[in-house]
Amino acid sequence: MIDPQMFQLVCFYAFAAVTVVAALGVVTLRNTVHAVLALVLTFFSTACIWLLAEAEFLAIALIVVYVGAVMVLFLFVVMMLDINQEHLREGFIKFLPVGIIVALIMLGEMLGLIGVRAMHQQVMGANPATVAGMSNTEWLGQALYTQFLLPFEIAALILTVGVVAAVVLTLRHRTGVRHQKASQQVLVNARDRIRVVKMAAVAPAAPQPAPGKETTP
Amino acid sequence: MITLSHFIVLGAVLFCIALASLFINRKNVIVLLMSIELMLLAVNINFVAFSRFLGDVAGQVFVFFILTVAAAETAIGLAILVLLFRNRSTINVAEIDSMKG
Repeated sequence: MIDPQMFQLVCFYAFAAVTVVAALGVVTLRNTVHAVLALVLTFFSTACIWLLAEAEFLAIALIVVYVGAVMVLFLFVVMMLDINQEHLREGFIKFLPVGIIVALIMLGEMLGLIGVRAMHQQVMGANPATVAGMSNTEWLGQALYTQFLLPFEIAALILTVGVVAAVVLTLRHRTGVRHQKASQQVLVNARDRIRVVKMAAVAPAAPQPAPGKETTP
Repeated sequence: MITLSHFIVLGAVLFCIALASLFINRKNVIVLLMSIELMLLAVNINFVAFSRFLGDVAGQVFVFFILTVAAAETAIGLAILVLLFRNRSTINVAEIDSMKG
């Protein structure tokens, strides 16, 4: 009989290992498409870790929003641009030691500062949502629609601004190309298309020759 | 059993990998954008862990907002990137120097 808490710990280590390896892949992979796919794996295994922390709504949201939308956007852009991959890799070896040293120093400082040993005593207690008698989604939604209603609306506004900005930035107006203007086509009247001109039914008389020219040969 | 420090250490490691990526891949704008995503993910892991261990819903609500803002930021960033590539036909950071900064 396997201990469920031990099983959770084993799962956590497995997902954390996948996350870290995939993140290293994002950093080091030569091909940008492969790097994007490694980032997808990172997000996916992070979502699994959030499931272990019983944050189910956010885990699913991470998969739907990030893996489903944002990373596909990344893939589109990477595949659309014709990038010289080798040229962009210059300086990789040169800056590798600097990057590793800075990252290691910062990691040491962070772990020293936040006091990991003290936090090690803090064991995961009962799920606060279950204690309140709700599912995680309900727990989150109740806070979101009451206490955080204004930030929620502002977030919606930010998304709208993002959509409009992205469209406006990438919209291309080519000069010298004749487009159909559908709005003007719809608004057109019969009067603009055809003009009826009233004309006399008889041809006008031929003009009289100038009298002065006729007399002098 | 899982403790708070497990999540914190994972977040710190992810953040430092992303930080190293900023140094190593300093020419490719796409990889720079992706390392910013990684940093935000590390912060989100911390938020979720603290929310779970302290029993406070505000942490998870904040993760929701961070996801929203990061999605908008990515969309605008990639749009700028496409525009940049269309005008200069490069995404090398070193060659984007028209403002002489």
